[in-house]
Amino acid sequence: MSYLVQQTLIYAIPLMIVALAGVFAERSGIINLALEGIMIFGAFIGVLFVHLCQKYGVFELLPNNGNWGTMQLFELLGMLISGMLGALFALLLGFAAINLKADQTISGTALNMLAPAIVLFFVRIIANQEELRLYKGDAAQWFMIKKGMLGLGESDGFLVNTFLNKVYLATYVCIILFVICAIILYKTKFGLRLRSCGENPQAADSLGINVRRMRYSGVLISGALAGMGGFVYALTTSNCMSNGDVAGFGFLALAVMIFGNWKPLNIAGAALLFGLFKCLAAGYSSIDINGDGTKLLFELSKHPTWGKVLNPNFYRMLPYLISLLVLAFTSKKSRAPKAEGIPYDKGQR
Amino acid sequence: MKRFLNKDGTKSVLSTLISILIGLLAGAVIILIVGLVDSKLGIKEAWKGIRLIFFGLFSKGQQAGRLVFGFNPTNIGDMLFRAVPIIMTGLSVSLAYKTGLFNIGASGQYLAGTTATLFIALKMNTAVVSPWIVWILAFFGGILAGALWGAIPGILKAFLNINEVLACIMTNWLAANIVTWMFEGSGLQCTEGTKTQVIWKTSHNGVATAKMGLDKLFPGSQQVDGGIIVVILIAILVYILLTKTTLGFELKACGSNRHAARYAGIKDKRSIVLSMAIAGALAGAGASLYWLSGSTEFHWQTYLSLPGEGFTGIAVALLGACNPIANIFTGMFMSTLNVAGSKLSFFTGYNEYITDVIIAVIVYLSAFSLLIKTWLTKRFKKSEDRRIPDVVYTSKNAPGEAAPTVHGNNGKEGKAK
Repeated sequence: MSYLVQQTLIYAIPLMIVALAGVFAERSGIINLALEGIMIFGAFIGVLFVHLCQKYGVFELLPNNGNWGTMQLFELLGMLISGMLGALFALLLGFAAINLKADQTISGTALNMLAPAIVLFFVRIIANQEELRLYKGDAAQWFMIKKGMLGLGESDGFLVNTFLNKVYLATYVCIILFVICAIILYKTKFGLRLRSCGENPQAADSLGINVRRMRYSGVLISGALAGMGGFVYALTTSNCMSNGDVAGFGFLALAVMIFGNWKPLNIAGAALLFGLFKCLAAGYSSIDINGDGTKLLFELSKHPTWGKVLNPNFYRMLPYLISLLVLAFTSKKSRAPKAEGIPYDKGQR
Repeated sequence: MKRFLNKDGTKSVLSTLISILIGLLAGAVIILIVGLVDSKLGIKEAWKGIRLIFFGLFSKGQQAGRLVFGFNPTNIGDMLFRAVPIIMTGLSVSLAYKTGLFNIGASGQYLAGTTATLFIALKMNTAVVSPWIVWILAFFGGILAGALWGAIPGILKAFLNINEVLACIMTNWLAANIVTWMFEGSGLQCTEGTKTQVIWKTSHNGVATAKMGLDKLFPGSQQVDGGIIVVILIAILVYILLTKTTLGFELKACGSNRHAARYAGIKDKRSIVLSMAIAGALAGAGASLYWLSGSTEFHWQTYLSLPGEGFTGIAVALLGACNPIANIFTGMFMSTLNVAGSKLSFFTGYNEYITDVIIAVIVYLSAFSLLIKTWLTKRFKKSEDRRIPDVVYTSKNAPGEAAPTVHGNNGKEGKAK
């Protein structure tokens, strides 16, 4: 059971934070189709940072070398840098969409093509193969928090085993960030102004709000969150490896955003649901739901009739199928920001 | 000359050429910087890389460490073959774009076409049915599968008003998963040697596109076949459909204003579904032609990544201003880049992904091609403005003559005098 919860969280958290990234852009009036690309880029930057620091032994110079606290600081720095560079990458979208009034769908698609290309180009030159890995060791060895580190080695409670053993700090940082960003979006003056630019920029402008600046903030925050989400995805699910691919997670995040109707709380729920499907697809053979030793899902996938449907392929495609159905049934009362995708034109007031 | 420059088509071509040039320069700059920074590569390697990016198609290999350039029929044959699927996905995106829809789902439609084609071409017994008939069935099977898959976002758009971009993204990934699922238990996996990730080539079952003499025209190219001729014919058909037929007019009218079209008596819902279905059929046909060549192997585990052809198709379409005939050339340009990329990774320390960077930069630029066009218009205006005093000066001798008011033609006549 604790394995199921942990795995679900591992998949759900990057989805959640990247979907929120989408919300920031769309609420300010910019469609961010480039989430996938920004994630790929952020993952690459984070992994490259870790790789280079290991190579030049940066953390061996620190006084607390080998201490797990230092390693957590290392991880946080990686997240920060991938977030910053993610924002920089998203600036390309902002520049095209806001300054040049370009088609946002096309420029987003262009960034989605640019990110894997540029990442693979550099990965091949740096690592001489198709993927960039850690310079030494693996992600679990360097960054994973185990209960022994916290002095809880003896404890065997469910909560300790689930939330404090074999976890990454990044997961919890993302949850905190998610809450902070949701509060910023809904409870602050800045958030209100940002949202107004996605609904009716002309009215917002007439009240003295700088639409251009608001949209840039939306895109930059979006890029930072998505870039960070990309690194967290690479760190927690693929052993801190960058290969110019995040397996469609950016698009899945887009689906989560739509499923969550552009609202943070719904998005958190949708992300957990989609994370669960991802987890079922990836680890169906080793999930023991009630702890009695039988792996129910594994048995089901071997069943002559049920196994035809309930196999990992099915769980993998379920999120997309559900989002399509949700789109179909809720399109009439969809709460998508009204002005998204429309370049702001002062003359239209 | 002025009139020629002021034509909309000329401006489109010019802005395309500017986009291409900026894209290539961006690639060259990256190569140069990487060459200067990386001690393994150095400036010599960078200079090789830059020349290959621009003239990779004419590379004749290496002699004593120096690149040799010249006419190379093998490269051109490969280029033509690689152009087949991307011209088709380009046509797919173009047709949808002309009818007001952004078809980002060409990847999914391409996968649908791939699956149908491979199943028909490999499952049918060629000992009983003639390979020719199997080829035709597989080709049309691919088209039909692509059309059906493309129709889904169309139906969602027409009847439920769902944004086709979102629907296409979802159907893409659905296709990616379904395809893996279907091939997993299909028994079509290649069992030759150590390859386990690929499906048999269609030539395993004796089904392959006819060479139509192209292999003699371009000796050395293993892959070139009649597919490219079929593609060119289809492009012309699409051009005729869009510009010369009532159906094409209805589709386009519906794209520019759905409600106005409905008011004029056009069935708007039917038009949207039909647009997406035809777009899907084109992408599916591209897949059919690519796999039916018999010289390509399909990696069936697609659930982690979508085929790149769908996205390159977007580049092909946008670069060609969504004109079906122009798409033939932009598609060939993209595959030229592709060939240049292979040469780059073969002869230098760089790799082929730089060409994908160039393509992405070009797509990024084409997002604001309108801006480049406006800028071009302004440039031409300016050069005319500079000439106006000239005209005024000559007309001083005849005070009764009115000063030129319309810039374009008067300027030209003034100069001619």
